[in-house]
Amino acid sequence: MKWDEFFVTGDPMIYGADVSIVLTMVGILFYLTKYKKWKWLWDEWLTTVDHKKLGIMYIVSAVLMLFRGGVDALLMRTQLAVPEAKFLDSQHYNEIFTTHGTIMIIFMAMPFLIGLINVVVPLQIGARDVAYPYLNAVSFWTFFIGAMLFNISFVIGGSPSAGWTSYMPLASNELSPGPGQNYYLLGLQIAGIGTLLTGINFLVTILKMRAPGMTLFRMPMFTWSSLVTMVIIIFAFPILTVALALMTFDRLFGSHFFTLQGAGMDMLWANLFWLWGHPEVYIVILPAFGMFSEIISTFSRKTLFGYKAMIWSMLLIAGYSFLVWVHHFFTMGSGALVNSVFSITTMAIGIPTGVKIFNWLFTMYRGKIQFTTPMLWSLGFIVNFVIGGVTGVMLAMAAADYQYHNTYFLVSHFHYVLIAGTVFACFAGLIYWYPKMFGYKLNERIGKWVFWVFTIGFNVCFFPQYFLGLDGMPRRVYTYSEESGWGPLNMVSTIGGFMMGIAFLILVYNMYYSFRYAKRETTGDAWDGRTLEWSTPTAMPPFYNFAKIPEVTGLDHFWRQKQAGKVEKLKAEDIKPIHMPSNSGVPFIMASFFFVAGFGMVFEWMWMAIFGIIGVFGTLFYRSFEYDDGYYVSVEEVIETEKISK
Amino acid sequence: MMRRLKPFFTFGLLMAVFMLSGCSDMIVLDPKGPVGAEQRDLIMYSIWFMLFILLVVYALTAFIVYKYRDRKNHKGYDPDNEGSHLLETIWWIIPIIIVIALSIPTVKSIYSLEGPPEESKDQKPLVIHATSVNWKWVFSYPEQDIETVNYLHIPEDRPVLFKLTSADSMASFWVPQLGGQKYAMAGMETELYLQADEQGTYEGRNSNFTGEGFTNHTFDVMAMSDAEFDKWASETKADAPELSKGQYDKLMLPGHVKQMTFSSTHLDWVDHAKNPEYALDARERLGYEEKLPHSKAGKEEKKKREEEMKKLEESESHGDSHAH
Repeated sequence: MKWDEFFVTGDPMIYGADVSIVLTMVGILFYLTKYKKWKWLWDEWLTTVDHKKLGIMYIVSAVLMLFRGGVDALLMRTQLAVPEAKFLDSQHYNEIFTTHGTIMIIFMAMPFLIGLINVVVPLQIGARDVAYPYLNAVSFWTFFIGAMLFNISFVIGGSPSAGWTSYMPLASNELSPGPGQNYYLLGLQIAGIGTLLTGINFLVTILKMRAPGMTLFRMPMFTWSSLVTMVIIIFAFPILTVALALMTFDRLFGSHFFTLQGAGMDMLWANLFWLWGHPEVYIVILPAFGMFSEIISTFSRKTLFGYKAMIWSMLLIAGYSFLVWVHHFFTMGSGALVNSVFSITTMAIGIPTGVKIFNWLFTMYRGKIQFTTPMLWSLGFIVNFVIGGVTGVMLAMAAADYQYHNTYFLVSHFHYVLIAGTVFACFAGLIYWYPKMFGYKLNERIGKWVFWVFTIGFNVCFFPQYFLGLDGMPRRVYTYSEESGWGPLNMVSTIGGFMMGIAFLILVYNMYYSFRYAKRETTGDAWDGRTLEWSTPTAMPPFYNFAKIPEVTGLDHFWRQKQAGKVEKLKAEDIKPIHMPSNSGVPFIMASFFFVAGFGMVFEWMWMAIFGIIGVFGTLFYRSFEYDDGYYVSVEEVIETEKISK
Repeated sequence: MMRRLKPFFTFGLLMAVFMLSGCSDMIVLDPKGPVGAEQRDLIMYSIWFMLFILLVVYALTAFIVYKYRDRKNHKGYDPDNEGSHLLETIWWIIPIIIVIALSIPTVKSIYSLEGPPEESKDQKPLVIHATSVNWKWVFSYPEQDIETVNYLHIPEDRPVLFKLTSADSMASFWVPQLGGQKYAMAGMETELYLQADEQGTYEGRNSNFTGEGFTNHTFDVMAMSDAEFDKWASETKADAPELSKGQYDKLMLPGHVKQMTFSSTHLDWVDHAKNPEYALDARERLGYEEKLPHSKAGKEEKKKREEEMKKLEESESHGDSHAH
């Protein structure tokens, strides 16, 4: 292999990226060495099995990926701002929209939500940890390594350019040669392992680790939504694993599952992809629904309206999510009957979703609504998500979809549901649980600026795209002619996109500002919350979460206790030694071997791939002979941590 | 409080005005044939429902948020209000009714779009094979025994049955002003009925991403009177050169070409719906190999390919005179 095939050359923007990557790495190494932070990094973070720390690492990675995916988006919007722009060439544009889509879904939305689930769910169910803390670390590190492998593609070897859907035969060796598409396959595959493990881990955690008295129908809504999400993950991700493996065989080992030659079926890929891909949409929206339920109820100071209907509608949505995948290719000529059936099932998803919207509205009804930033994001969600929802129903009407398919109408629709749903939820949840993670709130005034700039920018960006779609602008074109008349609306859209970018910067500034100046929380109940995570006496829960496992008597147990003035004080005699798992460096090392294996396969250097795989199995082997059952936290240490006076 | 919510209202109102005023200019909503018209009607029908839903949700949100905001002398606070069977039943039933109201016309349209338009059912449709090759469109008229590249002529007021397939990547055949699209896939044949009711030139394109040349993977559709069409077809048959296998193989190379015309069709020797490997084999015969896009070789290959296509067009300059 020649150098010009290994490094991406000839593009000043890429050289800029090279330089900034090297500088950042040098900066980090310098900082860690100068301030003697290596040991701290290893002991506190790289080897941790604490669900809260893993959650924070998930969120930090997701925010970084939001930046990367966001920069991609702005590059695209810059190219599209005016007709026949020469800012990016076709190949470069294709790579950027491919990585934008993949990163935002797989490496931003999912880890952001999984991060919040990691931080919050064990606390909400009154557990000291997740069911398998070590596995949790493996999940995080495989996700992280998968993301990193995918990310280096743009400077080493070239990014994938067949779209995030990677339809065959476009994604085959013949039409997309080289490492780009391999990065997609291996990056997603490795990260997918982590996601599937998370699915199993949290399913067991929620089913088996709930505090005494917390029956299924006393679980907070966010925990419920996480449970349903984990079930979807467990059913959907194996499909992705198989599909990616088959395409990897096609590309690396000459099989013919989806290729043009050898009776391959390109449509099979599309079916497998969306059999996973459609449920994936609900994997990233249901936890968001759960968060909004918590936040709306907290800041309306009122019980959630229609708790059981909320759960049933969620279960119905989860079931439906597996029955509608064909609506992604109504135009594939599957025949009138098939299209009719999938049209109706798709529209039917609107029913339980609508029910949820009305239940949220009536949660506020007869409440006492406080306009905190998390609440603003939740209200913004209702107002904007409905636009995405109704246009989703329009797209579901197959006969009309023949005109919307692959146009900006679709692009606008899914950004309206994914941004107004998932991204708003990520911001809302982050701000809401920020004091739980860091011991202080983000500044509310700056937070409101973020909300308004982002929300207005979001609408300015995506609303015009419905009209561009109806005016015949297809998605994924890298430029368009003056005569098409799409120029003005694209310019408006680009301006909106940059407003969202500015809002992101204000958010980052808010993190810095609040870190410096925010008042530190003194209790664990920053927002006068309703659920168990707010019941820890210290602002940030200690590594063992609860000194004494709470006993739950009903929904919103903590809130009702506060109302009745019966919040129990922790007493020294209640404390017993607490069993906790030991930290381990193995998950991190195992993931590093995954990286070696993945990188080797991307470049088809089989010696390297085999070395990496041996390393992975070696760490598994090592682990199976490791008899570390964890340790006990002494009563004295708990008393000291909880500052209980005798 | 009202002040705080004002942006929401102003914005909603603006959007509604924007939407209603802009509609007639959008090409999907300005169809020139019965297929597109049917789809336009369905779209408009659904838009009214959707605006109604938005109105209800926004009005309710505004009312509740305004009335139950936290303030001094707040009234009506009821923290334990946790549901109402009556209300919940209402909002299970109403969406069900809406979905039914949308499903019926949708299913009707889905079925009717499978065949030729109602108004011209008794006419024999004109059959055109449309084959997508990265990044050009080959149109074969089996009855007339002619073939065009990147443009086509059709008679007005007569249904046209497109038989779609692809030589390589999956493409989507779309002429927005005549009606919705369908995929063209190698190893398969899909069918799409379209019809033009007005003479004129309409833009068609591939709308499913097929890589580097996707953006310019377009074609022109010229709708004309029956007599004009017949005249064009017979002239083409008489004047245009025959399509040779060698020429056709060169068309299989990735790249753009301008419009071309031939007096025979490739259907005589290959049907991509039955032989998905043809294009790849042709590329191999011509010694073409896809290079890494970022490598030096890839960039050189790209330049070479562009020159190759230019040469092919020049040798076919004769065909060009028939394009218009």
